[in-house]
Amino acid sequence: MKKEFRVIADLLPKNIRVLDVGCGDGSLMNFLVKEKNIEVRGLELDQNNVQECIYKGLPVIQGDAETELSQFPAQSFDYVVLSQTLQAFHKPDKVLKELLRVGKLVIVSIPNFGYWKVRTSLLFFGKMPITRSLPNTWYNTPNLHMCTIKDLFNYCEDQKINITKVIGLNENDTSIIKKSNLEIKNLFSKLGIFLIG
Amino acid sequence: MPSLAGLFFWMNRKIENINKITVTKPLQLDCGKTIEDFPLAYETYGKLNENKDNAILVFHALTGDQFVTGTNPITKKEGWWVTAVGPGKAIDTNKYFIICANVIGGCMGSLGPSDINKDTNQPYGLDFPVITIKDIVRAQESLLEHLGIKKLLCATGGSMGGMQLLQFCATFPDRTFSAIPIACSASHSAQNIALNELARQAIMADPIWDNGKYFLKNTQPKNGLAVARMVGHISYLSDQGMQEKFGRKLQEKADYEFSFNADFQVESYLRHQGSSFVERFDANSILYITRAMDYFDLSKQFKDGLVGAFREQKTKFLVISFSSDWLYKTKENKDIVIALNASGADVSYSEIVTDKGHDSFLVNEPEFLKTLKGFIDSMYEKFKK
Repeated sequence: MKKEFRVIADLLPKNIRVLDVGCGDGSLMNFLVKEKNIEVRGLELDQNNVQECIYKGLPVIQGDAETELSQFPAQSFDYVVLSQTLQAFHKPDKVLKELLRVGKLVIVSIPNFGYWKVRTSLLFFGKMPITRSLPNTWYNTPNLHMCTIKDLFNYCEDQKINITKVIGLNENDTSIIKKSNLEIKNLFSKLGIFLIG
Repeated sequence: MPSLAGLFFWMNRKIENINKITVTKPLQLDCGKTIEDFPLAYETYGKLNENKDNAILVFHALTGDQFVTGTNPITKKEGWWVTAVGPGKAIDTNKYFIICANVIGGCMGSLGPSDINKDTNQPYGLDFPVITIKDIVRAQESLLEHLGIKKLLCATGGSMGGMQLLQFCATFPDRTFSAIPIACSASHSAQNIALNELARQAIMADPIWDNGKYFLKNTQPKNGLAVARMVGHISYLSDQGMQEKFGRKLQEKADYEFSFNADFQVESYLRHQGSSFVERFDANSILYITRAMDYFDLSKQFKDGLVGAFREQKTKFLVISFSSDWLYKTKENKDIVIALNASGADVSYSEIVTDKGHDSFLVNEPEFLKTLKGFIDSMYEKFKK
């Protein structure tokens, strides 16, 4: 399993209800069911991924998070997880509000556009960055609203969304991000994982 | 139009040597009347294992019957769900025990309007009580008791079969471990009531129908019934699917005949569907079963609507819809998912992209069959003792 998923799994208590938005082939859900006895639900757009989840016996609803979150009652999940897709929505702010409505707490991870390699690519080569976590070119990227860890941090503060924990993630290490180290972590973290709500 | 021989076959066919139970327990119908000591015909495939944890109940659709797969012993044609049920298929008869009962009101051995009314010694005709989906489902529960199955591994059905399944889950919660409603609705839409009314009016407009008393003359309102079937067949296909299959192709001719014969292939197809149907189905049964569908509104049965219908559900659901189905649209299937979600039930949902319309669940639609198989097999792993 991806390191990111391990970090997310570590944030989740046992025996709770979790909605995994954009659950892919269900690998995170599978882990949560087996290791933490968590009652999971998935929301996934792609037909093949939906089938994969069904084969694994994981409950999954086929649909687009941008429109389908409205079907879930308010506060019906202990946690809602959204991994690396916030930037791909047409209206990420609306999706974020929906996540906070459906879940008592929300875990959102984002690829960090403030990462130094991204910054240097733009600064030195004058080109949109292509990295392992951002593999697409400008014309075919699904990422419509790229943001940095700092951006999301500031947004939550502006919107008075409670930030419980922010974790920066690189290949080898994880680190806690606070207001005091935000500038430096925003430069050196590839991925940001936010626990909010 | 149907051959005389075919008609003769229908009127004189012997529904013998098929499995039946007699339901002795009185069943009070929604209309207020009570039926008792009535026959319920069924068929099973595969073997019930020792733990009795591999049973799957299939509910058939409007014109289906209990002969799900293999050869139908009465019509000598393939079972209606041969694409999905059989050895090694999505619903694997080598692994699972499959049960299907003929609905009451039908004409394949379960109590229906063509049966003899003991009070008059004549077929019921319109004296048959008006039945509902709930009546149909409650009658079938006796079969599970008879077979000694406390909890099913899975129950499934498409179209009216899906409606029966939703009713089954609401009326008998925890009687099945998992459920797969396919291309159905929790309440029959205005459009579907309208199409059913069209079918009924076609039958009733046939003078042979004679207020349902055609059996006295040992005949059947074949023209009206054939038109009713044609209406159905149009609604089972999609616009795109029909265009691809038939287009404007002519039926074995080079040019228009300038007549009202079946010039177009699509006309010929509909006429064939209509005429072969009258050989196997009773016109009054169509009236009764379509009425049961029209009366179906699960949300009306519970104080807090559809959410109430599914409250306390332990059953694991998989709802499946088809993108080109305009009879039981994705939206209607999604409403079921939303209600299940709102009641906290365990629910999966998949919309299969296909141009095969409502018929998709009956034809070879690989994505659908794969999904069906994946779900049932994974449920068995969870359920088996």
